[in-house]
Amino acid sequence: MEKFLWAFLVGGAICVIGQLLLDGLKLTPAHTTSALVVTGAILGGLGLYDPLIKFAGAGASVPISSFGNALVKGALKEFDSTGPIGVLTGIFQITSAGISAAIIFAFMGALIFRPKG
Amino acid sequence: MSDKKKKKLTPIQQEYQEFAQAREPKRPIILNCIKAFFVGGLICVIGEGIQMFFVTYFHFSQENAGNPTVAVLIILTVLLTGFGVFDHIAQWAGAGTIIPVTGFANTMASAAIDHQSEGYVLGVGGNMFKLSGPVIVFGVFSAFVVSIVVIFFRALGVM
Amino acid sequence: MLQGHQTWVFDSKPTIIASAAVGGPHEAQGPLADDFDLLHEDFWLGQDSFEKAEKKLQEQACETAVKKANMKKEDVQFLMAGDLMNQTVPSSFAARTLGVPFLGLYGACSTSMEGLALASLLVDSKFAKNVLVCSSSHNAASEKQYRYPTEYGSQKPPTAQWTVTGAGAALVADHGDGPKVTTATIGRVIDMGLTDPFNMGAAMAPAAVDTIESHFRDLNRDPSYYDVIATGDLGRVGHRIAGDLLKKHGLDIPEEIFTDCGILIYRKDQPMVFAGGSGCACAATTTFGHFLNRMRKGEIKKILVIATGALLSPMSYQQKESIPSVAHAVSIEL
Repeated sequence: MEKFLWAFLVGGAICVIGQLLLDGLKLTPAHTTSALVVTGAILGGLGLYDPLIKFAGAGASVPISSFGNALVKGALKEFDSTGPIGVLTGIFQITSAGISAAIIFAFMGALIFRPKG
Repeated sequence: MSDKKKKKLTPIQQEYQEFAQAREPKRPIILNCIKAFFVGGLICVIGEGIQMFFVTYFHFSQENAGNPTVAVLIILTVLLTGFGVFDHIAQWAGAGTIIPVTGFANTMASAAIDHQSEGYVLGVGGNMFKLSGPVIVFGVFSAFVVSIVVIFFRALGVM
Repeated sequence: MLQGHQTWVFDSKPTIIASAAVGGPHEAQGPLADDFDLLHEDFWLGQDSFEKAEKKLQEQACETAVKKANMKKEDVQFLMAGDLMNQTVPSSFAARTLGVPFLGLYGACSTSMEGLALASLLVDSKFAKNVLVCSSSHNAASEKQYRYPTEYGSQKPPTAQWTVTGAGAALVADHGDGPKVTTATIGRVIDMGLTDPFNMGAAMAPAAVDTIESHFRDLNRDPSYYDVIATGDLGRVGHRIAGDLLKKHGLDIPEEIFTDCGILIYRKDQPMVFAGGSGCACAATTTFGHFLNRMRKGEIKKILVIATGALLSPMSYQQKESIPSVAHAVSIEL
């Protein structure tokens, strides 16, 4: 039960940061999500994002910031096992499921749906 | 950042902008933050629930359960986008739907669905990443830079 | 005849012998629904793309106006039309269907009055016996081109406006009965350095104010001359700014006669309309439908419509350019 509470609070808080970037700094959604991804990557590199995921579960892994963390983790993991080229081969390893699913299902959506306007 | 922009304006332009701003409805920042907090938190709770489901019934490890969880959230988003419902939820929730992976999936699904009229190759294929491109490009590039920096500091024995 | 710096006075008083307004589902739910000749239930009009649907809107508006004048397409001498799409495709392709000698226009949302001014110029100077003017916009097509895909979940701010899906057409001739185009003031491009594409009203208000002031200065006229003075699509935000700015400059337009097509076309409580309607079809359908109908009934006798257009493109915005605007004013009298 506690896991759910922290998922709610941390997930909500990250979204509030996003909302402040959108409304306060008047950034576009693309700028806002890019900023959060880069932040996630930096925190991931500093080793601070994984503890957040351990603590808040989906509250930290569902927001787009975890994408940045996963990219860094993938790159470093592959570097550790195969050396420098691992940075390139490993970067998409962890995020592959998400990106592939998005492409596949978005394409299927285009096959089935028409825009409603 | 806005002051830098203002310096390039003539005095008349600056005066007008202040005149206009005083007569504009302001974005309800506080209300938007509260709505974003609730919807964003709720989506993460749903994600946590889905993750627990996969761990319990499909025997995924905690780490690996993240993958099917994200996939399920993406499928749900594509369905809501296709049924014309997601944009209405998003108008209310703002960052609450944009920031979770639902936002990412929605950018791809909405672009793909809209550009179907230009054909599947150039329309759907060529435009799918129109809005999600920045996230992927900046995510990968920043991850690359961060990785290089981390490797460098590890080599120096600092990390 | 030229009067003042930038105003044309049409001595022969070209007549609008017929006009038509076509709209979509949101316009059907608005307060001006009865002034539309044709209203559609969805954005598609039976076509397989939004852009093709907009072409159909123009065709329908033009064909309806020509029919109402008891004329045939072959009798129309010139067609002047424009819209918001890249390369004004809906207008060009509708012109292909109509087969009338064609002049494409671009003035963003000021196209309808730009067209009406030029059409009246051609007729008044005896370079045409009749000219058909048309202007259209399509909500989904313009969102797709200028902003985001239609199903994209972004959060629009309260200053945003809703692009009208529709087309308005008017047939201007050197004979016949109907409201007459008496003057037109061509506007200057004004840029106050605003950059927010979700706040067109504030960007366009200065252009409207500049053209309005030029109109009254060139003609040495007082605002009370008119029964209605309507801006094109400043919306609730831009209209208020324009009114206050005019007062500040010493030109007081009585509130009872000063209105805006973007405010009239939708009810305040309609979902997603925020500050009001926008798009070429906003001024076009409201003027060629609602206002001309009222004039034909004798309810109002002299109107001034100042259509406003924001001259940005998605690329200019991405290149950090601000939003220049233009406004053209046309007076129509019984």
